[in-house]
Amino acid sequence: MSVDAATVTRIGRLARIRIEEGEVAKYQDELNAILGFVAQLDEVDVAGVEPMTSVTPMVLRRREDKVTDGGYPEKIVANAPLTEDNFFMVPKVVE
Amino acid sequence: MTDLTRLTLAAARDGLKRKEFTSTELTRSYLDAIEAANPKLNAYVAVTGEQAIEQAKASDGRLATGDGAPLEGVPLGIKDLFATKGVHTQAASHILDGFKPPYESTITSQLWRDGAVMLGKLNMDEFAMGSSNETSYYGPVINPWRANNSNAQLVPGGSSGGSASAVSAWLCAAATATDTGGSIRQPAALTGTVGIKPTYGRCSRWGVVAFASSLDQAGPIARTVEDTAIMLTSMSGFDPKDSTSVQLAVPDFAAAVERGVKGLTIGIPREYRMEGMPEEIEALWQRGIHWLKAEGATVRDISLPHTKYALPAYYIVAPAEASSNLARYDGVKYGLRDTGKDITDLYELSRADGFGREVKRRIMIGTYVLSAGYYDAYYVKAQKVRTLIKRDFETVFADGVDAILTPATPSAAFGIGDEDMKADPVKMYLNDVFTVTVNMAGLPGIAVPAGKDAAGLPLGLQLIGKPFDEETLFAAARVIERSAGIDFTPDKWW
Repeated sequence: MSVDAATVTRIGRLARIRIEEGEVAKYQDELNAILGFVAQLDEVDVAGVEPMTSVTPMVLRRREDKVTDGGYPEKIVANAPLTEDNFFMVPKVVE
Repeated sequence: MTDLTRLTLAAARDGLKRKEFTSTELTRSYLDAIEAANPKLNAYVAVTGEQAIEQAKASDGRLATGDGAPLEGVPLGIKDLFATKGVHTQAASHILDGFKPPYESTITSQLWRDGAVMLGKLNMDEFAMGSSNETSYYGPVINPWRANNSNAQLVPGGSSGGSASAVSAWLCAAATATDTGGSIRQPAALTGTVGIKPTYGRCSRWGVVAFASSLDQAGPIARTVEDTAIMLTSMSGFDPKDSTSVQLAVPDFAAAVERGVKGLTIGIPREYRMEGMPEEIEALWQRGIHWLKAEGATVRDISLPHTKYALPAYYIVAPAEASSNLARYDGVKYGLRDTGKDITDLYELSRADGFGREVKRRIMIGTYVLSAGYYDAYYVKAQKVRTLIKRDFETVFADGVDAILTPATPSAAFGIGDEDMKADPVKMYLNDVFTVTVNMAGLPGIAVPAGKDAAGLPLGLQLIGKPFDEETLFAAARVIERSAGIDFTPDKWW
């Protein structure tokens, strides 16, 4: 499988990374080189093989469903580029 | 007075306990060495001198009244991927500009609990994506090693290139590092240092900036096998804050170092004999086999039939997980923010501006293989191949093999700005061909320097172990280190 220019633009949109028109061809080449490399996997017979979900033989630990942390909004927003009253500020989303 | 920076971690620790010198003196020696070397090597992206001296003085106070903790007063370098409270933590990326976490990673908090001193944060490939440390926003790290009669600058490997370069050039007693596809073992091999990636689940991932969560594991880089064992004991342990952390007692790894290999069975996988592999790598491998046999190990040929599929499967799984993990960098919560006409515009511009080329390429691949219609063909297929890779290892271990010996890398350190690798991303990826299988199977792996190539550059061997049997790796790696008997100190030019 390989990607065309329109697909590169679409992936950029899905990934929320602006791809300028002049960059599309280079990305297309690079992505196709990688997809060509991973195409080797077509040779492998995986009939009846379970996909790996955990690399160690363990069940994901669960904990009681209760609040164990929090109550410090000023720390949460401390690194944000733009905040007001402990809220993150973004351009207007709803008209 | 002798140069204190030239001591191994074990010798520095013992000297401090015997009060031959203070942690303040030792820390100052390192800070002076960093100041002189860093403009040339670019191993540190932030030096925390004042904080280091404060920590050192506190350690000296504890050493004055007793033995202190296991790493009391020992100065370390920390990879920029580890969250350190109030200190530069940016994964060597532009998108995390100015980020100072209000919390400490579990691993670094354990190191401070054990008395260690932080010298600063170490350079790395951006978000740990790379094998040459050239993708850092802060510029490439330079390898302290140079080929005989050459001034050409070489890469230290990656992604933990700053850790490897700093350890090799005596700019810290040891360093933390992380390994998703070979990022501890490959740079260790290229700089003549020792690096171990422990079993998945051994070290907490909490507070370590995530790249590919099912593959990421932290570990140390140090100058000797014993030093890495001492470091790993402090870094390991169960952490309820990491749901994949394993609830197992942490052995005193250093106690296993001199255990020897008598009676062990070492497997030699035929699939690691790659086409076009340099003669020197093959010769090094044969010497390693000879040393282990001479010390009483049984060596036998084994087969790991799915080896060649590990790297292609990795380049589906790792980018897929990365595209998900890196979705959090959006220009809103932290770091770099570009102005956009609406929220989508803000996201797209901030991310285009903040991520480097390699990171964007991997997010794009990951987004593609997870997108509707391709998920089964790529991601699920790769996870099935991963099951087969793990099964290969399980089969040989069940058959009586205690550890596996392979080369660590397909070549010695290469030049900065290598044209072939720049032109084709896959060429760079091939650096991890011997190390990536270990991450895919969640196993422990250690790289130990074992020889030099014709140009005088270090070469390493890798040992792969059973899950949670790092002790056997330390014992076998020590035999190789001792048998090689080479001083891996680069000639100082910086």
